[in-house]
Parts: sequence; C-alpha cells; structure tokens
Amino acid sequence: MAITVYISCDSGALALGAERIAQAVSREAHQRGIDIRLIRNGSRGLFWLEPLVEVQTDQSRIAYGPVQGHDVSGLFDSGFLNGSPHPLFLGLTEELPFFKKQQRLTFARVGLTDPVSLEDYLAHDGYRGLHNALTISGADIVRQVTDSGLRGRGGAAFPTGIKWNTVLNAEADQKYIICNADEGDSGTFSDRMVMEGDPFVLIEGMTIAGIAVGATQGYIYLRVEYPHAHKALDTAIAKAYAAGYLGQNILGSDKTFDLEVRLGAGAYVCGEETSLMESLEGKRGLVRFKPPLPAISGLFGKPTIVNNVISLASVPIILDKGGEYYRDFGMGRSRGTLPVQLAGNIKYPGLVELAFGLTLRELLYDFGGGSASGRPIKAVQVGGPLGAYLPESQFDTPLDYEAFAAIWAVVGHGGIVVFDDTVDMAEMARYSMEFCAIESCGKCTPCRIGSTRGMEVLDDIIKGRELNKNIPLLRDLCDTLLNGSLCALGGMTPYPVLSALNHFPLDFGLTDQADAA
Amino acid sequence: MTETASMQTTLQDITTRLKDKPGALLPILHEIQNALGYIPKDSITFIASELNLSRAEVHGVISFYHYFRESAPGHHTIHLCRAESCQAMGSKKLEAHVKNRLGIDFHETTPDGKFSLEPVYCLGLCSCSPAMQIDSEVFGRVSAETFDRSLVEIGA
Ligand SMILES: Cc1cc2nc3c(=O)[nH]c(=O)nc-3n(C[C@H](O)[C@H](O)[C@H](O)COP(=O)(O)O)c2cc1C
Ligand code: SF4
Ligand code: FES
Ligand code: FES
Repeated sequence: MAITVYISCDSGALALGAERIAQAVSREAHQRGIDIRLIRNGSRGLFWLEPLVEVQTDQSRIAYGPVQGHDVSGLFDSGFLNGSPHPLFLGLTEELPFFKKQQRLTFARVGLTDPVSLEDYLAHDGYRGLHNALTISGADIVRQVTDSGLRGRGGAAFPTGIKWNTVLNAEADQKYIICNADEGDSGTFSDRMVMEGDPFVLIEGMTIAGIAVGATQGYIYLRVEYPHAHKALDTAIAKAYAAGYLGQNILGSDKTFDLEVRLGAGAYVCGEETSLMESLEGKRGLVRFKPPLPAISGLFGKPTIVNNVISLASVPIILDKGGEYYRDFGMGRSRGTLPVQLAGNIKYPGLVELAFGLTLRELLYDFGGGSASGRPIKAVQVGGPLGAYLPESQFDTPLDYEAFAAIWAVVGHGGIVVFDDTVDMAEMARYSMEFCAIESCGKCTPCRIGSTRGMEVLDDIIKGRELNKNIPLLRDLCDTLLNGSLCALGGMTPYPVLSALNHFPLDFGLTDQADAA
Repeated sequence: MTETASMQTTLQDITTRLKDKPGALLPILHEIQNALGYIPKDSITFIASELNLSRAEVHGVISFYHYFRESAPGHHTIHLCRAESCQAMGSKKLEAHVKNRLGIDFHETTPDGKFSLEPVYCLGLCSCSPAMQIDSEVFGRVSAETFDRSLVEIGA
C-alpha cells in the first residue's frame, strides 16, 4: 500500500520552499519506484520547522524538518518512509512540545487534513455543528453562541452572541453574513492559516450564522494579498455547493445560504466593518458614522452580521459540543481559546492556540524560545499596528482582554511581534504615524492631517530638536487623535506611539521617565 | 484585431458578465487589472456608463485603493513587506538593498520595464519575516542574497 506523506501548502510553508520539496519528494519516489500518496495539508504552525515533511506510520505521523532540497535523497536513503532516524528526524509531530502543550479547538483540523477534501472534513467531525443547528431554532443557536462566551476575535472583542441576537430580532426581507477576512494587522496570520488549512470550518460557521439569524447571503471579504486562501476558499465553496451544504435546501432542510468571496484591494481601513461594507457596495472605503449599527442597517442598508474569520470558525465546535464546553476554557470574561501568532524576532515563530490566561512571558519564552537573534527581547507589540508596545516589566500580563485593557494595551487579533534590543522605539513610533497617514480613509482631520504632522514631529524628535517643545506637541497630537477620530485607525495610533514614548523614553532622547511626561 | 479593439472586447466581456452583481465595481476592476495588468484611463468612461456612475466616482474608487493601478506595471511586480514583524527581522536593510539593486524606489518601474516595486503592509507571512511576494510567488526569511537569487531564477 502507498505510504502517505504530508507536505504543507500553507503560504508560510510555501514561502520557505515547500513547493520545491513536494516536487522533489514526488520525483525521488517515482525514480525509486516507490508508491507514495502525497497530501498537501495545512501547516501545523511550527514555522521554524517548515518545510516540514510528515510520514504516516502505524503509530501516528513522524516529522522531519526543516527539509531543504538537498536533504531529500538522503531522507529516502535513510528510510524516512518507515520513520527511520535521520538528522532531521523530529519524532511524532503531536509529541513536539510546542504542539503538544496547545489546546486546539478552532485549529483542531489544521495540518491534519487535506484542506479542500470534504471527505476529510467529514471524517474529522466536520459539519456536526451544522447538523445540530438544523435541528434547533435560530434563537437556540444564538443562545449556544451567547453561552459560549465567544467574543469577536477581529479586535474589538464584542460578544458574538449579542451581535447575532440583534440581527435575529431585526425584521427585514434580506439579511447578510459578512466574514471579515481582511486580516490587515501586521503580525497576524491565523485567519490566513484557517482559510488555507481548513476552509470548510469557516464555510460551516457562516452557514450556521445564516441559518441562525435568517440570512441567506454571505460574503467573505478577503484581502487581495491572500491568493492561496482565495483558491482554497473557492475550491471548498464549490465542493460544499455540489454536496448540498450550500445553496437551497441545505441538507434537505428548507434553509438557503449562498456564499461568495469578494476581494479587497489593499486598503487597511477596509478591515473596519463599515468601511468594509462600503467597499463591498463598490465604493471607496470611507468609514460610516455609527449608529446605525451594522446589525440593524448594514450592507445595502440591511441587517448584517460582520464577524472575523476566527470568530466564525469557532462556531462549528460550539454548535457541536455546546456553548458550555467552549466556555470552560479561558479566564475571567475571556472565554474559550485564542490562536496566538508569534512573529517578528522570535526563535520559534508560529501558531499557538491556547485557552486565555497564559502570560506573555510563557508565550515568549516557553513557546517562543526567546528572540531569534539571541539578544534580549526589548519590546513586543501585541494586537497589530494599533496595539501598544509592551516592555519586559509587563511580560507577566496574562492574555485576557481585561488584563490588557488595564495596562492600556490590547489583545486584538492575537498577534505578538517581538523586537530585540537593537530596535529604536522612536523609529517604531514614527512608523505608526506614517502607517496611519498612508492608510487613513481621510474622513477625519486629526487622522488625515494629524498623522502626517506626527511624523514630522517625530522626525524632529529623532534628530534631537527642541525636545522640550516637541514631546508635549506629540502628546497633544495623540490626544487629538484619541478624541477626534471616528474609527480606531486614528483613535488607536496613539497606543503604539505613546506606549513607545512612555516605556522607552531613552530612545526619544530623554534621560528618564519623568522627562517623557 | 488591434490592441485597442482587443482591450475594448476584454472590457466589454468583463462588465457584461459582472455588472449585475450587487456592488459590482470592485469585482469588475479586479478582473480588468487581472486581464490587463492595470486599469487604463481610457476604460473609465466605459465602466462608468455601464454601471450608471460618474467618471469621478469610478476614478475615486480606483484611486482610493492602493492595489489598483492606472499605469502598466513592469513584467514582474515585487511586493516588499514594510510592516512591523518584517522590520523586527531587518526589512529596512533589505529594502535598501532591493531599491539599490533595482535602481528604483517604491511605486516605480525599472527603465527596462522588467520590475515594479510596491510596498505591502503585511503578507501574513510574519512567521518567516522578512517576507516578499514576486507576482504570485511568496518568499520568507528573505536576505539580500536570496533576493538576488530569486531575481536570477525568474530570469532577470
Ligand atoms: C482600522 C481597522 C481595521 C480593522 N481590521 C480588521 C480586520 O482586518 N479583520 C477583522 O476581523 N476586524 C478588523 N477590524 C475590526 C472590525 O471593525 C470589526 O470589529 C470586526 O470585524 C467584527 O468582528 P468580530 O466581532 O468577530 O471581531 C478593524 C477595525 C479597524 C478600526
Ligand atoms: S479615524 Fe482615520 S481611518 Fe478612521 S474614519 Fe477617521 S479618517 Fe477614516
Ligand atoms: S489637524 Fe492636526 S491634529 Fe487636528
Ligand atoms: S509584517 Fe511582514 S509579513 Fe506580516
């Protein structure tokens, strides 16, 4: 019988050469007359080991990595297809500590299955949530989601069940489900990994949402920077239609749900939900005033659920195992698990899904292994480009929405970007202002003009000019942004800027903390 | 068929096929850029009339989105990540090397028409920073050497 070999088709693995390795392994097997079945799976999320090659043995999968082109024939020589030793031998994938210590609920299948195989999806508990959802009322589905304690993973952490309930109770001839797959936050890639590694789980989550609130049309607003995710989603959607999981009379019920992918066009602000809806309507992505809430008057003026990829991809397991099962993970008001993304200057970058509550220090050192450069970690930015920079003294903060809010920081989408001691935090603050200036939708003056002004002030500060005037000026500008912005792009740019200034005054040419005030 | 005539056919095909979709403008612009590499200025009047929009509205949308371009790109487009995770792994030095090697700045095309260079703010490849994309191929842990090698590999 053919031996099954897994090599990932995740973009992160491809960026490290997985395609070349897959071709080399096929070629080598063919030349040696060995029959293998090569499956392109999602990534396990252990990116320092990619390209990872896994072999199915009777125990479980045995991993080798990171495999380079010149390793391939040697792997065959040493009998890796039987799980034999080799310098790149890593043992059982699921016993690798980075993987074993995780609690994978949303990512349960990512890396295990062939992402676009519906048979694989079904064989690994797929569509059990939808089956349950079809046997209960919309209100009961919403109740399960509310009971789970799930809060939006896109950034604002708003309770998902409450949002759904508003749409459920809104009277309308048409409602919409939008998946926010814009994933613009730097340092984040969990949405991408799910869409590439298990697209059916997102499709199932959206279908359940549609059935729950009576919405018959769904859109996945996907950033154009994700061509591989686009292909996986389109393939999976076509298969779901063909098998009766999308379209009319889903699984023989009287329910209808249609789903389509729409592409963004490189505007960060279009991740903001109202800007996203403008974009879906074919317009410039100008942020809308709220109210009205999208749940009341959203896409084309109709009641609309907008949820992040991870929020929606967490719904199937909630409907499968019940809200309480999910709620039992986590701490405080942060329930369930969060797929954390370790990025930047870190030795073991990757995806770590865990119940809320672990500290940053545990993530950075126990999972991440410290910096990649081997130098001390100076700062981490959590929650994307609008997230605060945290110094070492705050590394004992547990991953919990409220604990982060208490130190004027955000968990956001769970991206953690690590910097070693060579970083200049005044330069990072300048970059934050520049990013705001580049991506501003232009609706508010503080965001549009204040960010450019902030860049100029920081240029002066970096050159050491008139600090006694320019530091207070920078703080004033940040105040104006904080208070005078319609959305979080302008409103939260002060988070990285001020946290950099407050925690790292030396980088701004100040001699101590007091001068920074 | 002349070049203008074939462009007109392309525009016609795309708009006819997509114009009845709700929110059709972005899907149409995407397909035009996919087919032609950019959105020719001459096409705006046509798109506007097909969708019952003003020329200013169509132009406003094209100019709002960083991804849409109104001039032809080089033979290959290099998207280099400028965002934080890549900065933490030395993207600024890489950026200087890339600009120096190609002799162009962001948003420019080499005089021989081979390469366009565009900044991108995260490719979702932050687990292997610094990252870039050349056309549809992605590259992680890019160094000056691997950048030069990838140029050779795509035939520069
Ligand atoms: C400038 C800006 C960019 C945003 N980008 C994203 C994004 O890329 N993905 C996302 O899910 N949410 C993003 N959000 C948050 C959305 O506005 C919205 O809160 C979210 O999609 C709701 O889904 P959730 O409740 O499941 O998190 C962004 C917000 C702002 C202000
Ligand atoms: S804060 Fe900036 S991005 Fe947000 S609405 Fe105002 S101008 Fe637009
Ligand atoms: S215009 Fe500069 S902050 Fe208002
Ligand atoms: S920050 Fe460069 S790929 Fe994400």
